[in-house]
Amino acid sequence: MTGMVEKRGFGIWLSHLGMIIGIAIVCFPIYLAFVASTVEQQDIVHPPMPLLPGDRLIENYSEAIFSGINAPVWRMLANSMVMALGIALGKIVISILSAFAIVYFRFPGRKTFFWLIFLTLMLPVEVRIVPTYEVAANFGMLNSYPGLILPLIASATATFLFRQFFMTVPDELAEAARVDGARPMRFFIDILLPMSRTNIAALFVILFIYGWNQYLWPLLVTTDPEMNTIVMGIKQMFPSGDDVANWPVIMATSLLAMLPPVIVVVCMQNLFIKGLVETEK
Amino acid sequence: MEKRVTFNGWALPMVLLLPQVLVTAVFFFWPAGQAIYQSAFIPDPFGLKSQFVGLGNFEFLLTDPFYLASFKTTAIFSSLVTVVSMSAALWLAVMADRIIKGAGAYRTLLIWPYAVAPAVAGVLWLFMFNPNVGLASWYLDQLGYSWNHVLNDNEAMGLVVLASSWSRISYNFLFFLAGLQAIPKSVIEAAAIDGAHFWRRFWTIVVPLLSPTTFFLLVVNVVYAFFETFGVIHTITSGGPQQATTILVYKVYSDGFVGQDLGSSAAQSVILLFVVGILTVIQFRYIERRVHY
Repeated sequence: MTGMVEKRGFGIWLSHLGMIIGIAIVCFPIYLAFVASTVEQQDIVHPPMPLLPGDRLIENYSEAIFSGINAPVWRMLANSMVMALGIALGKIVISILSAFAIVYFRFPGRKTFFWLIFLTLMLPVEVRIVPTYEVAANFGMLNSYPGLILPLIASATATFLFRQFFMTVPDELAEAARVDGARPMRFFIDILLPMSRTNIAALFVILFIYGWNQYLWPLLVTTDPEMNTIVMGIKQMFPSGDDVANWPVIMATSLLAMLPPVIVVVCMQNLFIKGLVETEK
Repeated sequence: MEKRVTFNGWALPMVLLLPQVLVTAVFFFWPAGQAIYQSAFIPDPFGLKSQFVGLGNFEFLLTDPFYLASFKTTAIFSSLVTVVSMSAALWLAVMADRIIKGAGAYRTLLIWPYAVAPAVAGVLWLFMFNPNVGLASWYLDQLGYSWNHVLNDNEAMGLVVLASSWSRISYNFLFFLAGLQAIPKSVIEAAAIDGAHFWRRFWTIVVPLLSPTTFFLLVVNVVYAFFETFGVIHTITSGGPQQATTILVYKVYSDGFVGQDLGSSAAQSVILLFVVGILTVIQFRYIERRVHY
């Protein structure tokens, strides 16, 4: 069937060629960063830098991981991991519980809660940074994990996703559970949670990347280099003034910063695409 | 939409809602309220007391040449990012759509940039275009063009646009590819049999049928350029040279945290709140329509 439009192979080969060129352009910045992370500082400060990897891979990466510039990179990786997991799991837990409450119960003020949660869709953290920072400071949450995590889980995207999904769950299941005299939480744990597995996983992928890639909020909340996350910590590795940046270590850190989310996206590609399409709907 | 079958009781749902309500109240509604409240005051330089100015902060902002310049910068920046990123992604998606064998491998290679944080993307592009050591700037120099985005406004804008668009290519590519694959092949084949060549088919069939996806991406990309590119700008230019790349979100940060002008920063937050509101309404309006299709 599909062969009909492009009967001649020429068009297809042209597409392959265009695709390869496109991918080469898109991947080039990452490749160049990789090369820079395997050579000596001398190779970079006397341009043009080499286009093939050097032999300093192990030295540069171990320097980054174990000593870094302001803080060892393993420390920043650990902070990022805690923040990304905290945001992903925290948001999933609070959202699935409140979606369950909103969909499966009738109680006074239900509509009001629904709209209050809906409103939070509208205001990214970038817009309310100064007052949010003051709240975090007043709670003594600066340089702490709760301070990194909590303000970023105050949004309703996940709640909506679960609400949409619960609406598609057949009523008969809840009916049967009720007839059997099952308590609501039994129904939630035994039926609803297992049915939501793929939704939870897809959302986890999206939220993990969202949390890992945060920049502005960690920049404000963590003043102690030991609490820096890796994505914001890279910028802090550039010297102020006229000193020359330690490019091989900075580029090694950049590669390490993109590794966990890239692994998540590439390994869970299908869940990732499902999550992407559903969170944007 | 309502469920027919529900459980009884009101205590349990309240407990279930509590975590979300608490987090939202403390870290969303309270700060948002504070932003609105603070926007009506000018704090004294020592932060001891503040003076009520009503809409004064807004009046000042809307006549402040720097703020208006930042509006213009944001408009230019977000249109460029949207156009550059969407056209590159569409180009890649059209080719990927024609390839049946090996499309999966190409897709895997193209979704990488999505996982790269905007701030890290900024560092990668900064490295390539660094005036002293960057590979791209070295080659430009060989060609007789002296690149220095630290001093040149347009070059700074160009660089943040490139880095931000690069960051967004995967996202746009995935949605365009899904949109293209949803177009029935039979329609395109019918046109091919009628003798319409590739470009003609593209403009008369593919583009119109793809318009829901395009419109959706247009809104989402503008939102992205407005609010999610802070990392790119902070790592590459820090809003400079002077104010050349200070978009609105960056100005909220630099006036609030660097300049310590809390009243003005809060008023800017409120203005942005309206911008987000309008964009959200557009987005939801459109999604309503898509559901009825």
